[in-house]
Amino acid sequence: MNYEAIIGLEVHAQLKTRSKIFCGCPNRFGSNPNTNVCPVCLGMPGTLPVLNRFAVELAVRTALALNCFVHKESRFARKNYFYPDLPKGYQITQYDKPLATGGYLEIETGNGPKKIRIKRIHLEEDAGKDLHDISPEKSYIDYNRSGVPLVEIVTEPDISSPEEASKFLKTLRNVLMYLEVCDGNMEEGSLRCDANISVRKKGSNEWGTKTEIKNLNSFKFLERALTCEIERHIGILERNEKIEQQTMLYDPKENTTRPMRSKEESHDYRYFEEPDLLPLILTDEDILSFREDICELPHQKKKRYIEQFGISSYEADILVQDKQIADFFEDCILLLNEPKQIASWIINDYMRELNQRKISIKESPVTPHKLVAIIKQLRDNKITLNMAREIFVILFEEGGDVQEIINRKGFEIIDDTEEIIKSVREIISSHPEELAKYKKGNQNLIGFFMGELMRRMKGKIDPKKAREIVKSELDKA
Amino acid sequence: MEISRLGIFEIKNLLLKREVSCTELVRAYIERAKRLNPVLNCFITISEESALIEAKKTDDLITKRRDNIRPLEGLPVAIKDIFVTQNIRTTCGSKILENFIPPFDATIVRRLKDAGAIIFGKLNMDEFAMGSSNENSYFGPVRNPFDLSRSPGGSSGGSAAAVAAGLTPASIGTDTGGSIRQPAAFCGIIGMKPSYGRVSRYGMIAFASSLDQAGPMCRSVRDCAILLESIAGNDPKDSTTMSTPVPRYTDWTVGDPSEIRVGILRPEVYEGINPEVFLAYRGVIEFFERSGVPVTYIELPHIKYAVAVYYIIATSEASSNLARYDGVKYGLRAKEYKNLKDMYLKTRLEGFGSEVKRRIILGTFALSSGYYDAFFKKASQVRRLIANDFYRSFSKVNTIIMPVTPDVAFKLGEKISDPLSMYLSDIFTIPVNLAGLPSISMPAGKNKDGLPIGIQFIGKPFDEHVLINVAAFYEKESNCMDILNEVNL
Repeated sequence: MNYEAIIGLEVHAQLKTRSKIFCGCPNRFGSNPNTNVCPVCLGMPGTLPVLNRFAVELAVRTALALNCFVHKESRFARKNYFYPDLPKGYQITQYDKPLATGGYLEIETGNGPKKIRIKRIHLEEDAGKDLHDISPEKSYIDYNRSGVPLVEIVTEPDISSPEEASKFLKTLRNVLMYLEVCDGNMEEGSLRCDANISVRKKGSNEWGTKTEIKNLNSFKFLERALTCEIERHIGILERNEKIEQQTMLYDPKENTTRPMRSKEESHDYRYFEEPDLLPLILTDEDILSFREDICELPHQKKKRYIEQFGISSYEADILVQDKQIADFFEDCILLLNEPKQIASWIINDYMRELNQRKISIKESPVTPHKLVAIIKQLRDNKITLNMAREIFVILFEEGGDVQEIINRKGFEIIDDTEEIIKSVREIISSHPEELAKYKKGNQNLIGFFMGELMRRMKGKIDPKKAREIVKSELDKA
Repeated sequence: MEISRLGIFEIKNLLLKREVSCTELVRAYIERAKRLNPVLNCFITISEESALIEAKKTDDLITKRRDNIRPLEGLPVAIKDIFVTQNIRTTCGSKILENFIPPFDATIVRRLKDAGAIIFGKLNMDEFAMGSSNENSYFGPVRNPFDLSRSPGGSSGGSAAAVAAGLTPASIGTDTGGSIRQPAAFCGIIGMKPSYGRVSRYGMIAFASSLDQAGPMCRSVRDCAILLESIAGNDPKDSTTMSTPVPRYTDWTVGDPSEIRVGILRPEVYEGINPEVFLAYRGVIEFFERSGVPVTYIELPHIKYAVAVYYIIATSEASSNLARYDGVKYGLRAKEYKNLKDMYLKTRLEGFGSEVKRRIILGTFALSSGYYDAFFKKASQVRRLIANDFYRSFSKVNTIIMPVTPDVAFKLGEKISDPLSMYLSDIFTIPVNLAGLPSISMPAGKNKDGLPIGIQFIGKPFDEHVLINVAAFYEKESNCMDILNEVNL
């Protein structure tokens, strides 16, 4: 392909504040329609906005974590347009004086790490939600979301493929969740993404005409929509036609993009400074104290896990993908200094159970104490791996205490070598045909004798040790 | 009971001496308001029932324990229908809010109630406070108590006429470009526009957010002081209010001339204004000079641009502030429409009057892409120059004296078809709003037809107490408030 894509993203993240950005209503998802509302967020005549300082704090934390320059003075502006979900007829946002500018976020790509520059980060309010599916002839509006605080994060056009775009969004989402500024729930709309895209011949210095794709609210849709749109652009260019600057919507059913509105219908938002709010002033002390609240970020954690715990880059990557899991991992290590064992248990057994049950690690009944108790028993050769796995599943399904389960189930390892040898000899002598076959070279029969042994010993022996004994006794026989 | 000449202090005395019960008093005002409203059209809504319930409470309080009497205990007041009142219809003079009943009280309403006042009515006004004659009200024009064929001024026309005619002892108006001071001048009463940020705008329906201020309209400087004291001060619900402490304005009503330093513009500025207005203005200057108050010339070179700047900034902000009246959530919605856009268009076409539409169109244009820099941005820059002119002058003087209007009250219908001449009549009030300054409008005599002429004292930001001192001195020495004795309704 002799074309290249140039992609920039605009990400909206709802901030995890207790109340809305300009009034005291709860910022909560899933309530009954129009229950988290007041005259201010309904845009009643005479009402005025009052800025939520905690929303500012979360936005600054985001900006600092994304290496942005936080401006000591920023301003709010009105973006004017008519839509039923916008109660005041304008959105309070930031325009020519945003909160922060000029940062970057590093992502991992096939060709190594890549810095995606952040153009700006600003604060704004969310709109309400149209509900078109309640009645065939009427539209309803839920204003619970009206006034929920948002940060808008705008990248420079540094992204060159749909995969990179998706990787960026994943990395950003993880950072936002680490910072505890956003719950990252894309299904509930806590994190939303628009993409700007243009295509040009490789090596060209001129920019192609860009289009914008709105509401790409999953990683999959983001990737697919961009792939479609790139193909559409290339198709147009190949036919020597002109790309129209327009806003597109992605249709996942048809896997295609189509125009939402053309340029003629594009809005003139008539931005001007919001006269109801004073300029947002931050002191050096404010910014410094917000910086102190920034936790260790995923890429920093990953580096530390590799260096400090000696786990692989692959394992570290998986562990830091979810802060809850990383926290769980670290809690376990505090209880038992076996980072490799713990990492392996979490990545394999634990995450499989979580995925099967579709729950988060916080909802799981298996606490770090319990997981560590299993690993300890295993390390000290008190139980076998199979027993450990069985205990783990019981803990998930029924709960309980590790030692109690071991006692109840009679789990123990028979470590008496003499006893094992005695049993093996008895099995061999009562199965002469199998022995004969083995002697003729059928190695598979070790499995048969192992099975017999395990049955006889009720699985209470270390399989590795058992296999060694079976083999040596067969060879001696 | 004769109530038509009573102010706040007189009423307070009557109530505390128990010469009259609050219930009797409120009833008397409501009866008078009802009787004269067909003539003057001051009231859009009279809330008889709730007012009488409150009056009963005051009577119980006053008879029971006299120690805990609040500053405005039992005072009947009416307010401009721009302030939202919980469970009482609030129209803002517009058809679009004809049946709007707010679920909350404006901060000034809350504060008046907390001070013990009883709000018994909502006063007529130009629709969304846009106008200088009260002729833009959906509920019809108000008539001037001095001459029923004339305008009371606007936009707080109902508020001014009601005070002058004794339908309420005092009222609260709002002033975006002169809407308290000009009707006060036309109706021979006192009206104060406080500094921007002195009085909360929460619950005051916005016209131009960076200019709007609420203030008292009343019959004496003392009344002005006590009302301002009750409503002023920081409000957590309005980020543009300042935390500057509120002085005890009532302590400044002595009227001490030794503190006053007056600044005036050179007479050339007033070329073309009504000669009788100019003479009255000259009379006030001479009064201060005779009283030994230093009077010096100041320069305000940029105020000649004030009207142009104002009509860009105010209309721009208004175009945005009025976008919420879209028929979706409250207020009027057109009965029949084809789709969403059609609903918007018909609702706003039917709901807004022509002056409001004119200003929405002007403001929308001034903010449009490609015009923003030439209009809104430039206007904002010139606004800063105008404010700086004033601030510079206040290094030499603490009171600037100017006429309020270039002319006396005009005839109803005289200017309504000539918006430009109507806009120009605000030439002396507008610069004060642009600079965010406090200003008090006082009667300064009358013309040959007996119509009041107004004068304004302008101070630096948060110097309301200084203006109250000046006004109190002028009131005491000039007997200017006697003009109200000529109203006989």
